[in-house]
Amino acid sequence: MSVASSARRPSPVLSGLRSVVTAREFGIFLALALVIVAATVRNPSFVFSNDGSRDLLLTPAILVLLAIGQAIVIITRNVDLSVGSILGLSAYLVGSIFVAAPGLPYPLAILAGVLLGALLGLVNGALIAIAKVPALVITLGTLYAFRGINVLWAGGDRINAGDMPDDFLALGTARLLGVPYLSLLALAVLVAAGWYLRNLRSGRELYAIGSDPAAANLYGLPVTRRVFAAFVVSGALAGLAGVLYAARYGTVSSQAGSGFELNAVAAAVIGGVAIFGGSGTVWGAAIGAVLLLTINRALPILGVPAFWQRAVVGGLIIGAIILDRVLAVRQSRRLLAEREGGS
Amino acid sequence: MANDPPTDGTPVLELERVSKAFGPVVALKSASLRVRPGSIHALVGENGAGKSTLVKIVAGLYRRDSGDLRLLGAEVDFGSTAESKAAGVAVIYQEPTLFPDLSVTENIFMGRQPTGPLRRIDRRAMRVEAEGLFRRLGVAIDPDRPAEGLSIADQQIIEIAKAISLDARLLIMDEPTAALSGVEVDRLFAVARSLRDEGRGLVFISHRFDEVFELCDEITVMRDGEYISTDRTADVTVDLIVRRMVGRDVTELFPKEKALIGEPVLRVRELTRTGVFHDISFNVRAGEIVGLAGLVGAGRSEVARAIFGVDPYDSGSVTIRGRSVPRNSPVAAMAAGMALVPEDRRKQGLVLEESVSRNITLAIRRTLSRLGLISAAAENQAARTWASRLEVKAAALDTEVGTLSGGNQQKVVLAKWLATEPTLLIVDEPTRGIDVGTKAEVHRLLSELAGLGIAILMISSELPEVLGMADRVLVMREGRLTADMPREKATPEAVMTAATQGEEAA
Repeated sequence: MSVASSARRPSPVLSGLRSVVTAREFGIFLALALVIVAATVRNPSFVFSNDGSRDLLLTPAILVLLAIGQAIVIITRNVDLSVGSILGLSAYLVGSIFVAAPGLPYPLAILAGVLLGALLGLVNGALIAIAKVPALVITLGTLYAFRGINVLWAGGDRINAGDMPDDFLALGTARLLGVPYLSLLALAVLVAAGWYLRNLRSGRELYAIGSDPAAANLYGLPVTRRVFAAFVVSGALAGLAGVLYAARYGTVSSQAGSGFELNAVAAAVIGGVAIFGGSGTVWGAAIGAVLLLTINRALPILGVPAFWQRAVVGGLIIGAIILDRVLAVRQSRRLLAEREGGS
Repeated sequence: MANDPPTDGTPVLELERVSKAFGPVVALKSASLRVRPGSIHALVGENGAGKSTLVKIVAGLYRRDSGDLRLLGAEVDFGSTAESKAAGVAVIYQEPTLFPDLSVTENIFMGRQPTGPLRRIDRRAMRVEAEGLFRRLGVAIDPDRPAEGLSIADQQIIEIAKAISLDARLLIMDEPTAALSGVEVDRLFAVARSLRDEGRGLVFISHRFDEVFELCDEITVMRDGEYISTDRTADVTVDLIVRRMVGRDVTELFPKEKALIGEPVLRVRELTRTGVFHDISFNVRAGEIVGLAGLVGAGRSEVARAIFGVDPYDSGSVTIRGRSVPRNSPVAAMAAGMALVPEDRRKQGLVLEESVSRNITLAIRRTLSRLGLISAAAENQAARTWASRLEVKAAALDTEVGTLSGGNQQKVVLAKWLATEPTLLIVDEPTRGIDVGTKAEVHRLLSELAGLGIAILMISSELPEVLGMADRVLVMREGRLTADMPREKATPEAVMTAATQGEEAA
């Protein structure tokens, strides 16, 4: 009764190419390339100028970090809306440290920002794990609470570039072989997170939890611990993003990073991370972040009026979700058809 | 086929006088079970006999209150499914629990994938191992495909592959054949036998006696949360096992009063919904309580929902007092005088966050409203009338329904429908999850309503309830009506036989 039908195995190169082209991320990548090419044809300085190439790589770096953290959380069927506020607090902390101790080596300030972010992520994770309240509600609360603390702390004051050491500010714009430090850092985090999610047991467990939380519990996976860790990582990355924000812009007010959380969610969704968890990659989320910010800069060049820009972003999000839905329906039809035909 | 006598030695699993209560509800009183290595052990009992609770204790989902639990001779107390799994227990639930987005291979190895340097998952080794497992099980499933869209049978095979790769010593299968076709059942049994021959212990929970007797070496019967008996399959008959499953006192608890039975109210003729139920015909007369018995999944609730118009049907007819009721319209069904108290009252019968009075008046909003507005006074008055008639015990009429006990919630649902002054009342599992005292109250209420001339169709999985309350008993099995007997002829044995072996009884 055993009819072992081993699937036809094409050559590894071909199948590798095929899996790249059919990957969900590839479509987003194509869209990004299209936007860049179109903008460059209109105005060559979009890429072929010192500022152009720098902005292309530098601008998305901070959002890429947030999008990576957000993707990790969304994969577990949760969401972290507090990342913008965490970024703000971390940026302000870093500025304040330099005001209080001007001679401090800047790596310590970076560490402080990351640790603060992790701590705030820990608060999110603990509330969600202990109170068993949906992450949407908890992080909506901490979105306001963290921002409130920031306003209370900063008042109307702001940290200016003059308050921070030059070597720290240089981080925000310096380049290595033409590539900004910030972009390299974001890429390093991306590679590490991508590798982790694909190759380590705990990374795969995040997908399992998001795919079916009840099954994950029955299976005996450490659901609470993993979700908790996902929020700590998301917080730490938002903390790191806050440090980079201070270095890049040189000015930090109590409103730094407000609204970034929605961009981070949008980047993940556009990049193919399913909003109900279980599928998607940080690579997609990162490309989504780059696409989101690049479109913002490209639309004026392409002659799209300013007030249409947000509508375009909205269209992109809805388009991404519809595409996901269509792909999912097609896949389940195909699987069903296989089952009918194959049995 | 002559089975070798079960190898003696340390039992794989031993339960002795295990008990478990949830608040006042005792799910297990005293359960015992001994599974030998290299044997397939059937666990049988009515719905509610405590089989699922027993399985969940062994799986580590519940902690027992008292009694002994030993695995391979060692005393154990599992606090989580991870612990029971590590100890060598694998449970295959009725509905397999896979991760739909992940590949079949990942589903088998999740949490314990083979790893290489840097603890990196070795995908190739994992895939080779999965292929090996499927080859050994003699099935052709693509290890790379996502688990989404697999048939239930294939999903179960993957669960079994999981268990084998874990080297589970004990494999529990909770009604694994309920959703399988004949060929799939044969394949599953072949796999089960080969696992037995490797010396593992298997527990097989099923309502299908033909399968139990074909596959199992020993049978343990449970009833009302208690251990009844264990025998070698060769030493017992289906009749004996059925008698042990149902044998208990039926008369208490059921204050059935003799009601005057009148003209037919509901007439169902040749009702069919392809694949769900077929050719269902029966009457319910004024003042009559008709019990609809059968196993879970026999299609009873589906018939009720079709009669009430919640679900569609393909052919047949439903008439109330001679007038035909249009299909697929609950509004028309209500206008014709029907009321349905659904199976899951918390999800389908109540708005839990709303008050008692709002819930009671939910089905009569139209008659209460003037110019489209409902006054609080009218609402409260109607609610008060029905709440007091049914003796709903709530602090006040504006108490949130979600805070009431199960029995009082059920009374609110009944009140809601009685407020519509129905001529036919359909109740689906009216006393599920209700404590014994309130149970009797609900029974008294149903009896009273029948006395008022209301026709009642009562679906129940509790045999004593059906036998105690019904004037007439209908039995369904796998989507067909297999028996229609008057109260006098409805013995537990007759009903169970019709529910499990329809052909002989029809």
